[in-house]
Amino acid sequence: MSAISRRDFLKIGAAGAGGVGLSALGFDLAQAYQVKQNLRIAGARESHSVCPYCAVGCSLVAYTNDAGNLLQIEGDPDSPVNEGRLCPKGASAMQLATSANRVEDVLYRAPKATGWTKISWDEALNMLAQRVKDTRDSSFVTTDANGNTVNRTEGMAFAGGAAFSSEEGYFTTKVMRGLGLVHLEQQARV
Amino acid sequence: MTNHWRDLKNADLILINGANPAEAHPVGFQWFMRAKLDRGAKIVHADPRFTRTSAVADKYVRIRVGTDVAYFGGLINYVLQNDRHQVEYVRNFTNAAWLVKDGYGFKDGLFTGYDPAKRTYDTSTWNYDTDPATGYAKTDYTLQDPRSVFQLMKQHYSRYTPDVVESITGIPKDQFLQVAAMVGEMGRPDRVMSIVYAVGLTHHTTGGQLIRSAAQLQLLLGNMGMPGGGMNAERGHANIQGNTDHAISWDILPGYLKIPAPGQKNLDDYVAQSAAKKTHPNSWNFFGINYRKFMVSTLKAWYGDAATKDNEFAFDFVPKPASNASWITIYDQALRGKMQGVILSGMTATSIGPDSNQVLQALSKLKWLVVMDPFPTTSSEFWRAPGLDASQIDTEVFMLPTTHWIEKDGSFVNSGRWVQWKDQVLQPHGSARHDHWVLADLFDRVKKLYQAKGGKFPDPLLALTTKYQDPLKPQLDEIAQEINGFDLTTGKRMATFANLKDDGTTAAGDWIYTGSYPDPSAPTAAGRASANLSRRRDGVRDPAHNDPTGLGFYPNWAWSWPLNRRVMYNRASADLTGQPWDPTRPGIKWNGTTWVGDVPDYPPTMNPADPAAYLPFIMNGEGTGRLFSSSMADGPFAEHYEPIESPIPNPLHPTNSTDPVAFLYDQAAGRPNRFGTVQDFPYVATSYRLTEHEHYVTQHVPLLVGLQPDPFVEIPFELGEHLGIKSGDKVRVRSQRGKLEVLALVTKRLGPVTVGGKKVYQVGIPIHWGFVGIKKGDHWLANALTPFVGDANARTPEFKAFLVNVEKM
Repeated sequence: MSAISRRDFLKIGAAGAGGVGLSALGFDLAQAYQVKQNLRIAGARESHSVCPYCAVGCSLVAYTNDAGNLLQIEGDPDSPVNEGRLCPKGASAMQLATSANRVEDVLYRAPKATGWTKISWDEALNMLAQRVKDTRDSSFVTTDANGNTVNRTEGMAFAGGAAFSSEEGYFTTKVMRGLGLVHLEQQARV
Repeated sequence: MTNHWRDLKNADLILINGANPAEAHPVGFQWFMRAKLDRGAKIVHADPRFTRTSAVADKYVRIRVGTDVAYFGGLINYVLQNDRHQVEYVRNFTNAAWLVKDGYGFKDGLFTGYDPAKRTYDTSTWNYDTDPATGYAKTDYTLQDPRSVFQLMKQHYSRYTPDVVESITGIPKDQFLQVAAMVGEMGRPDRVMSIVYAVGLTHHTTGGQLIRSAAQLQLLLGNMGMPGGGMNAERGHANIQGNTDHAISWDILPGYLKIPAPGQKNLDDYVAQSAAKKTHPNSWNFFGINYRKFMVSTLKAWYGDAATKDNEFAFDFVPKPASNASWITIYDQALRGKMQGVILSGMTATSIGPDSNQVLQALSKLKWLVVMDPFPTTSSEFWRAPGLDASQIDTEVFMLPTTHWIEKDGSFVNSGRWVQWKDQVLQPHGSARHDHWVLADLFDRVKKLYQAKGGKFPDPLLALTTKYQDPLKPQLDEIAQEINGFDLTTGKRMATFANLKDDGTTAAGDWIYTGSYPDPSAPTAAGRASANLSRRRDGVRDPAHNDPTGLGFYPNWAWSWPLNRRVMYNRASADLTGQPWDPTRPGIKWNGTTWVGDVPDYPPTMNPADPAAYLPFIMNGEGTGRLFSSSMADGPFAEHYEPIESPIPNPLHPTNSTDPVAFLYDQAAGRPNRFGTVQDFPYVATSYRLTEHEHYVTQHVPLLVGLQPDPFVEIPFELGEHLGIKSGDKVRVRSQRGKLEVLALVTKRLGPVTVGGKKVYQVGIPIHWGFVGIKKGDHWLANALTPFVGDANARTPEFKAFLVNVEKM
């Protein structure tokens, strides 16, 4: 292999992927590629996803095994958007899906505290529900100075959602407006 | 995007401003390259840096940041002075013939109606001259009347000569004229130009007008509505588009309905003040005349049985903001001590800025902060940011671990408005929960507290519909159906928004998505699933069948709003008789009985020969594209203003140098402005993105951190020589607001521009680093440098043009 640079090898590989027959290496790379591809996804379940990064909307094919573990993510060759191609971010999407940096627990940081405390979901949601209610009650304006009905919660804001599924985003808008919020924002401006 | 990614391959010329798609949207960029390689299209890139996009462009021009209005204004002037516009399109499909009433004017950088104390315009002097008998605008189709939009436009842009363009933008006159000649060719009916932009145009105090100036040019050239044409914004996150459509934005309700304003007592008031009014007898004004139906259908989706005819469909339940409540405002309110709690999901205020140090102060003044995210962020960890003393910060912080995109189903909407459904591939990691389940559960607990203890006017939150199979765990499929909407009489899902009603018999969460999930033909599980059109997958495996026009629309791949239309405003792709301006690129075409091609943006059987046939732009009151508009806060024509921090006074009107309506948050709040001057901060800086990172989340992805590990600042070669800085040196970049301490990358990709007779250097700062992630540092937040100021129209921060100093450490 020493006579072949990495770049040459990639070129040959790409030709093999394109279905060219006998290669410069003297054997049928298309066949080898097919074997490799079959080994990689043998017995795997195929699902369809969309890249989580920029808004080109590249389609992904994700492969999982019977245990539900992720085996591989690839570009979807059927997509009229990306035709199977991915950029460095999309091509490494599996590392985002399986990152070791995930937050494992619900965490609470008290006023002036210098560290986190682990709490349960139930504790956190009860505490938050009380704070949301207190904030709403103390900053809710039913009628403004001009006598107009406005029914708004001034002291609370929601921001986010560019990584939400659209339906989550719709639900968020509905719930936040339901709570009376006027300060509502996602990444469209920033 | 008015068009979509694959459609870029249909262009003859692609102008790219404020964007670097080869770097930031590389897979979408293949369609730019297909245009170039397959049909000989040309690419023109105007950017302060010579980037990967410039490297494959046919023409690169170095432009000073924030001066694109002068560039597009110069092109508009060239087109008008040389009669290169698409004459029939401009006459019939734009408001060029409309007459503007006496009283409108422009002098020394100010349009009529300016109030310097309030920093706002009274826009009533920008109205049309209307015929009192009909209420319609007067018109002159010869376009010769001096009060016609066409003549006023010609006059307005006559100041943007190639010399003036050079003086403002730094683009040498001869280079500008080469671009102008290429652009001028695009006014031919059979030639099409696409304009592509990204946050390099939006992130300015003049952002709205930067984009508008490009859109004005596109209308003059007859390129709106054409395959291969349009105004195409490249969105930066997977689902900004979908979640803007669904109105996670202070100023709108789903489907771009305006948020109701104080003083609107009922739906009549709301519609009267929100919906467009017909100003031409042949205008359909589709949006305007259906506004009330869309609004009532949303109110029915939200408030269900509590929304009745007698209570104006619960119109009073919708919160009405006192004033702007957008991104910077949230932190401004916190600094004023008026914001108690903030919930962040999938975005980190500290890193995003602007003015990260001021944002950190704002977060420190909150009572509580919630961060819902799969990863720690610079906001969840803000209290231990470098330089802050946690023991002095009273803010309670809740870090709630939530799921990834791949751990839930639902749709992402790409820049081209394609709604693409994705599967849930993995189970939630550990204790992570879906964001919408967290919010559903939280909402339920808040509701129970109100039911048990009472509180301030709980009626709206008690009435809000949560009729999901499990109200604590709504399925995204159920929500998708709610968004699409139902006929409440039959219980069937709606097939088109044209059938929505204002009498309370239909409910639709977001009218522009009505038709995305119609009633199934067969009442089976498979039938229901197949009715979700965003799941469709008829892709490139069989182009002969799946791409019937050959233009790349792929109408049965996913679904595109509205009504699966792939190119918006497509009526304008055909002439008055309904024949395509360019027969090789038909958008839609009248075949004698019906419109064929793309889903028509027009009544499907309306004969164009009918004297009452509608004008092409059905969404506004004019029925035509607006070269002149009273809907912008800072002028009916785009005008060049300098960034808030600028190296030179505005060469056009130095006494009104910056946008007179740009919102100065600190000044308005009684705090000192945090702006620097060119004496202290001599270099222009701009921020940008790299292909290996997406904002800040990729700091948790080892391969990407490995590919692009360290923050840096790009410094022009000559400036590096002048300051004795070499690549790899550690440098300090300072603005009036903060500092960045990173490595220098000295490069010829950046170079000086000469503007206003002065040589100006621009430096470039990628934004992706901070004090959280695999690689982190103390002064790595690029937005520590950026100014706390908002665009006149959208209040978008000015991330892309500000002043700094650079020194070797």
